[in-house]
Amino acid sequence: MFMPRLCLGVAAPILLSMAALAEAPGLGHPAATEEIAVWDISIGPEGAGLPPGSGTPRQGEAVYAAKCLGCHGEKGAGKPNDQLVGGIGTLTGEQVSVKTVGSFWPYATTLFDYVRRAMPFDAPKSLSNDEAYAVCAYILQLNGIVEDNAVMDGQSLAKVQMPNRNGFVPFSRQK
Amino acid sequence: MGSKRPAAGEPETAAGNGLLDRRALLAAGAFLGAAGAISSRPVFGAAELKVEPWMTEPGAPFSGYGQPSRYEAKVVRTFASAPGTTGTGASRTPLQRLNGTITPNGLHFERHHSGIPEIDPDAHRLLIHGLVKRPLVFTLEALARYPTETRIAFIECGGNTGALYQKEPAQLDLQASHGLLSCAEWTGVRLALLLDEAGVEAQAQWLVAEGADAASMSRSVPMKAGEEALVALYQNGERVRPSNGYPLRLVLPGYEGNMNVKWLRRIKATASPTMTKDETSKYTILLSNGKSLQFVFPIETKSVITQPSPGLNLRGLGFYEISGLAWSGYGKITRVDVSADGGKSWTAAALQEPVLPKALTRFRVPWRWEGGPAVLQSRATDSSGQVQPTRAALIAERGARTIYHFNGITSWAVDEHGQVRHVYA
Repeated sequence: MFMPRLCLGVAAPILLSMAALAEAPGLGHPAATEEIAVWDISIGPEGAGLPPGSGTPRQGEAVYAAKCLGCHGEKGAGKPNDQLVGGIGTLTGEQVSVKTVGSFWPYATTLFDYVRRAMPFDAPKSLSNDEAYAVCAYILQLNGIVEDNAVMDGQSLAKVQMPNRNGFVPFSRQK
Repeated sequence: MGSKRPAAGEPETAAGNGLLDRRALLAAGAFLGAAGAISSRPVFGAAELKVEPWMTEPGAPFSGYGQPSRYEAKVVRTFASAPGTTGTGASRTPLQRLNGTITPNGLHFERHHSGIPEIDPDAHRLLIHGLVKRPLVFTLEALARYPTETRIAFIECGGNTGALYQKEPAQLDLQASHGLLSCAEWTGVRLALLLDEAGVEAQAQWLVAEGADAASMSRSVPMKAGEEALVALYQNGERVRPSNGYPLRLVLPGYEGNMNVKWLRRIKATASPTMTKDETSKYTILLSNGKSLQFVFPIETKSVITQPSPGLNLRGLGFYEISGLAWSGYGKITRVDVSADGGKSWTAAALQEPVLPKALTRFRVPWRWEGGPAVLQSRATDSSGQVQPTRAALIAERGARTIYHFNGITSWAVDEHGQVRHVYA
């Protein structure tokens, strides 16, 4: 008496899900290009997605003093949070490795991507594109990677050669 | 110490230092030999077997959402935040106080990069775009109508057990050393189904997944991994907790935790990796030669003894169950060997059924502690043939300049007082 009902109860959802799989639910809405542009804040390593705007180390120094120094210290020296400057040449040998933007990060585009989406910590996404370019320019200049008079923008940032650009090997389990 | 001859009726030892055969527990009367020991213990009197107050009046009323006994108040996550922040850092699962394989939702470990967002599900959207024919936006209401799948999967932070690379064995309890590891039943929509609807272009080999937290944490995921991925709506039967990604979490079984993006709001199909902060400056393994391994995605074969473990000291001689967890991002755990003599001899542990791929697997082995020093170890093997390496072998291969993806054998030393501490052996 109980069994047939139980069997029905089990069989029905299976049939339902098979039917659903055979025919895609199609419940997503088409996304408008403008809508995507607002959401898509990813910057590729070749610079794809870098927005208009520009900044220099000097401009960046002012932004840094106002919005970054409290966590990252004088001239990116770190403390209480991550060190941003220095450590270049410390990745090999027996010495303690100091991993900073300058010594370790392979792409300058990642710096812009991260600063714009996540910094400053207490007000992420509040920097203008000019401010974000300027802060990147300042951090790169402090690391000796770009000149004092460099202008960082959608073209120049992607061309910056980071010291550890060739320091990464894709992992594979095959030895 | 010499191994004692078993008394009549006691199980034979299966490996050195008192390890018993895993089947000993199943055989009825296997421990009849212990009856002699029982008769020598003090007799429980009427004082212990009295009628307790909770038996003489009605108990507590109903509650909307159940809580653990107040006597279990120690079973909580421990956490630390980055300087000057709250909710940015990690909380750890109290693995030494749990059993089985499923982590209760309130105890699942967390790693947040800018706190836990309070997301209104009606306002939340998932965008799929990039190298697709039809960019699509999904509401939660829409996703809830899709066919769902359920998958039990562990999630482990790529930085879990990073302290085991240190020169000297860190004296931490299991929660502090191994607690960035949890396992849950995840229910959601297969990512592949949503990608199919968007129509992924042939040149799209990667995805970049992004969360709706203040840090908009993002990671590149190989398209191939997306085949197994779930866009999870439910965790252990209830909606995913805010601390684990409410209302949507990307679940990539076997892959390092950071890639299982919480608060999922955007997936972009790309030809190559986006090189985000968390796949370049973090979660890469700096080798001795100055090069760094990148895209180390699956967690490699790993296990640890959870009971006993540092802080859970032995109280008296005799029987103990050695219990622990094994897991691999490459498949199923096929075997766990346990040693009580620092790896000189091993016996296979019993595995709790069902053993599922890319899920925590509980192992157990009976042990008779005879009061001497012991070094307890576990060694897992998975269905891909991978065997958990010794710590020395792992470090010989990868060095010790990193905190990521440590999967070496872990050793707990038991001294003659029953104190358990972490050693390298």
